[in-house]
Amino acid sequence: MNPKQKQRLVLVSLLVIGLGTGVSLVLMALNENINLFFTPSQVVAGEVPTNQRFRIGGMVTLNSVEKLDNELTVRFKLNDSAKEVQLEYAGILPDLFREGQGIVAEGKLNEEGIFIADQVLAKHDENYMPPEVAQALEASGSAYYNNEENR
Amino acid sequence: MSEQNKTWLWFHRMGSPAYFYNFAGLLLPWCVIATVILMLIGLIGGLVYAPADYQQGEGFRIIYVHVPSAWMSMFVYMVMAINGAIFLIWHIKLSDIIARSSAVIGASFTFLALATGSIWGKPMWGTWWVWDARLTSELLLLFLYLGYIGLRAAIDDRRVAGKAASILALVGVINIPIIHYSVVWWNTLHQPASISKFDNPSIHIDMLIPLLCMALAFKLFYLCILLINSRSELLEQEKRTQWVKELVTSS
Repeated sequence: MNPKQKQRLVLVSLLVIGLGTGVSLVLMALNENINLFFTPSQVVAGEVPTNQRFRIGGMVTLNSVEKLDNELTVRFKLNDSAKEVQLEYAGILPDLFREGQGIVAEGKLNEEGIFIADQVLAKHDENYMPPEVAQALEASGSAYYNNEENR
Repeated sequence: MSEQNKTWLWFHRMGSPAYFYNFAGLLLPWCVIATVILMLIGLIGGLVYAPADYQQGEGFRIIYVHVPSAWMSMFVYMVMAINGAIFLIWHIKLSDIIARSSAVIGASFTFLALATGSIWGKPMWGTWWVWDARLTSELLLLFLYLGYIGLRAAIDDRRVAGKAASILALVGVINIPIIHYSVVWWNTLHQPASISKFDNPSIHIDMLIPLLCMALAFKLFYLCILLINSRSELLEQEKRTQWVKELVTSS
């Protein structure tokens, strides 16, 4: 390598390192805004914007889904294995919605602390397996989708 | 001769346009054969033999196009950026040609990853699109590719265009680790990687093998396109040189 090439190598490295540092700082500063949703713990702790729409994400608590009288409205609880939030949603739920499944809901908190969702999205996890394997896992008591440590 | 000198010699010989042109021509048919075979194995394995998923049913099979395209969208960008750096530092023309020949195919892989993801997202998530970190950074990658292609097209002088585009490619490199780690650093709707941990992948082995076949097939497909593109770009760029004249008159 001649001196000219060495100099260019240094310049190119500095460009990449400098930009990397800059962008990391910006991303760290914007951390909260890049997250797609708040967790139930954050909602309970009051870290969420009041009177404003936001998203909440977590696992649908087992045995918490109940249909209200007019068929379409459902009530369920969302947890992050620490805290729980009550949700209410009127509309069609996605196919993957079920108890123990991760979901993301968008809406507002009302005065009683119930989250009124106007959109519910299913958050699919990274586990892919045939139905027989899932059944075998469930039977052996180590079902992936019921075990939060696997998520 | 020391080991290091041999490597340098190879590096320089590959940088010679005439040598690369012939080498690429010899490699191409083998590449095409391997791509076709692997693609057939992967597609038949993935679409016919792999079992349906326990939650998604048959719909999960889009993974066999989505995941390889998403991997390639990042891989091709890295090839482009590294060749851009080599061109900037050592002024090797061949590197610029490789970078230039990669841009359109990289953009196509990115578009394919976004489109298949969106088609899968509607039935599974319940939405075509959400502005989470993974989806947004992948969209940014598409814009980087398009910007790179546009910048090159806007500058007539090939050397200047190469330099400007290489700098743009290097600036965009910062987006690659962001795409990869977006699902780890932030909470997103997009699921975390299933195959980042090779000792214990979160995808069943019968589904995994066709996926890896497809990933390799996509890589070889890229290589085929790269060889074809860079050979024709080479001829165009070197049209006034002796070896191209000899090539044209002899055939």
